[in-house]
Amino acid sequence: MTGENALPAQPDIAAGRLSQAEYAHNFDDIKPPLTPQQAPIDASRCYFCYDAPCIEACPTGIDIPSFIRKIASDNIRGAAMDILGANIFGGACARVCPVEELCEEACVRTAQEGKPVNIGLLQRYATDRFFERGEQPFERAAPTDKRVAVVGAGPAGMSCAHGLARLGHEITVHDARAKAGGLNEYGIAAYKVIDDFAQQELDFILAVGGIALELNRALGADLSLAGLRRDYDAVFLATGQAGVKALEIEGETLEGVRPAIDYIAELRQAEDLATLPVGRKVVVIGGGNTAIDIAVQTKRLGAEDVTICYRRGPEEMGATWHEQEVAQTSGVGIKHWVRPVRLHGANGHVSGIELEYTEPGDGGRLTGTGDTTTLPADTVFTAIGQILIADPLIDGSSEPLDIREGRIVVDEALQTSLPGVFAGGDCIAGLDLTVQAVEDGKTAARSIHRYLTR
Amino acid sequence: MADLRTDFVGIKSPNPFWLASAPPTDKYYNVERAFKAGWGGVVWKTVGEPIVNVTSRYGAVEHNGSRMAGFTNIELISDRPIDVNLREVKQIKREWPDRALVVSLMVPCDEESWKTILADVEDTGADGIELNFGCPHGMSERGMGSAVGQVPDYVEMVTAWCKKHTRMPVIVKLTPNITDIRYPARAARKGNADAVSLINTLASVIGIDLDTMAPLPLVNGKGTHGGYCGPAVKPVALRMVGDLARDPECRGMGISGIGGISTWRDAAEYLAIGADNVQVCTAAMHRGFKIVEDMIDGLSNWMDGKGYRTLSDFQGAAVRNYVEWGELDMNYEIVARIDQELCIKCGLCHVTCEDTSHQSIAALRVGGERRYEVIDEECVGCNLCMYVCPVDGCITMEPVDNGKPYVVWADDPRNPANRVQAAE
Repeated sequence: MTGENALPAQPDIAAGRLSQAEYAHNFDDIKPPLTPQQAPIDASRCYFCYDAPCIEACPTGIDIPSFIRKIASDNIRGAAMDILGANIFGGACARVCPVEELCEEACVRTAQEGKPVNIGLLQRYATDRFFERGEQPFERAAPTDKRVAVVGAGPAGMSCAHGLARLGHEITVHDARAKAGGLNEYGIAAYKVIDDFAQQELDFILAVGGIALELNRALGADLSLAGLRRDYDAVFLATGQAGVKALEIEGETLEGVRPAIDYIAELRQAEDLATLPVGRKVVVIGGGNTAIDIAVQTKRLGAEDVTICYRRGPEEMGATWHEQEVAQTSGVGIKHWVRPVRLHGANGHVSGIELEYTEPGDGGRLTGTGDTTTLPADTVFTAIGQILIADPLIDGSSEPLDIREGRIVVDEALQTSLPGVFAGGDCIAGLDLTVQAVEDGKTAARSIHRYLTR
Repeated sequence: MADLRTDFVGIKSPNPFWLASAPPTDKYYNVERAFKAGWGGVVWKTVGEPIVNVTSRYGAVEHNGSRMAGFTNIELISDRPIDVNLREVKQIKREWPDRALVVSLMVPCDEESWKTILADVEDTGADGIELNFGCPHGMSERGMGSAVGQVPDYVEMVTAWCKKHTRMPVIVKLTPNITDIRYPARAARKGNADAVSLINTLASVIGIDLDTMAPLPLVNGKGTHGGYCGPAVKPVALRMVGDLARDPECRGMGISGIGGISTWRDAAEYLAIGADNVQVCTAAMHRGFKIVEDMIDGLSNWMDGKGYRTLSDFQGAAVRNYVEWGELDMNYEIVARIDQELCIKCGLCHVTCEDTSHQSIAALRVGGERRYEVIDEECVGCNLCMYVCPVDGCITMEPVDNGKPYVVWADDPRNPANRVQAAE
């Protein structure tokens, strides 16, 4: 191979490709907050619908027209309490929710004029302004003598812990990582949650009291489900999906082939973005929001060419149209209808990826055309999905937890097959969204409270 | 191209858009800018014995992000000496002879004061005078402004003095802070006024500062009532203009319409309900003098579209349709119709009808989809749903052919007076 597409003999991976000013600009708030002048004007666009479709579209059922009306009347505390009462992660969700597929898609103004009320930005305005005051608005019920273990300090686990703490129970949240927050801390693109917001929000949640954090404690290594069931009155599993799917193609073990979520976590934890090595030519495999997040972030770290390769068309992508637009306006290329067949390497490091063109076959089944193309790559990120790490949930437990198709099986109350063990968030089947995880935590808190006071 | 020229009680101007007596017209500099921008005329800010103004002076109501939906002021009349004002009036009139220039006056309620100033104004070559009997704040505490306008006898007396001591047309500016606008207007007529202009501002407290616990605008921790104007007062003014336009006792007097006029459409409405020209202030104070371009252009284009060649072609055309309630057709029936294709499912028609009107719009779910339907038997044709609906043309009010004749209240069998008669 020659010319532009020649595969590099040496990978070009380097840190500090940009100036500090460029890093600061590239990783600033992707959606700047509303100003006190804009907020009431945006709020006044809300019609205050009866039986509002936006509420129905919100997994946590926030009374959106109500909080927006309160913004319009400068009742910021009231607005924030409408939000936080339904969704304790209202601040994070305001930043990371795919509103274009939830509340804002349902907004009647979308039907009317294709331009919904800026619900996400208004929610952020109300919660930001409220958090600035430093008030702790929630109180705890009289103490019960019940203790609950939560596994996973992400949105589902913390939402459940907060709900239970308010009901008077004592909660211990265990997490394998060094910091609490789960994907909010490790998995969200940096420009969506600037200024250490995830930790500030956690501090606010913990300030209600009654929630102890046990960090660096992993299920399977430091904890067992059987032990938790023995030591606590109830258990809530919110482990998420900590594993990643494998490409299962030749060359997967080459240096420079990495799961996207690992690099995103590194990026989120980096003190100085200039110390993060990034490839010059980056290929991302996948079509979900994680694929977009890794692609846009590496591009913004100074990668020269970033290409997302997805096996189907734009409509089938898991990433919302808005996320796809963000990729495109950030200078990321999206190659549709290709699937990886082989990774090329030189001296043990990836140098390129061979892709086969695809097309929809009979009954929508994907088929390869047999034609291939090869892209040079210094780094290949995989973002083809995450999986539940099931072994620690089964090991050490005399009764097996029912897990099907890689998810913990639960009933409507989020009760698992084991008495006193509940589960929610990405480790059960569902939307795999922060906002759904929060709702699961809420539901589980109610169910666990019923279980504890039965 | 429509002809917008007006002849208002002998005062000619190239278009019906005048600037009202107010801060925008208080000196040569502003008025020259106004004439350059295209305004047809100006009523010079009220001249009288110079006063002292306080700070601050203005307050505003913001509605749904719309600044200055309502506006208030606690300014008094001109704070500059009479001779300085009149010298500038003379100069601008000489330089802009085709524009209307009227001088607003306010002096103490004695014949000699009026006689003296009238001679001085006449000397400037101004086209006319406007008697400020309207300002509801400050000057009224000194027995001027609305203190005169609220007493028909005083209105007649001062108007008569002015008519006696000047040959200039006399326009009497009326205060809306009365129970029935016809009484001061009729008094002006008796005093031989050539015209009335209305409305002056509404006595008002625009708001309370909940931190300092004082009315707005604040003057060192205290507030006083002011004069309310701007878009919010237009309905009040339209009604008063219409009341005078259809009053036989006011016939023959010109009417200059004032109150919340921001666009050519507002002006067209004033002219239709009986005004001969219009005066503008708040809209100019909000966006500058350039707004007159669209007023002229828009009115002209609208008239062309309607086939009106001159203002008199439609001026007063709505007066005959402005009737007392008792003259309305008691048998007229309309019902709401919802265009399901246009409906965006906000549900406002349902909840407002359900909570506050006649429970005549059903909230349904058809196959999970929201659907709002009018219950014809319950609908009283009130219009509420049509107005709350955010989609133009989605809810319309359709006439029902009930075969009944036009019947006014006096002839309606449901009128108790008629029932008593029938029983006898």
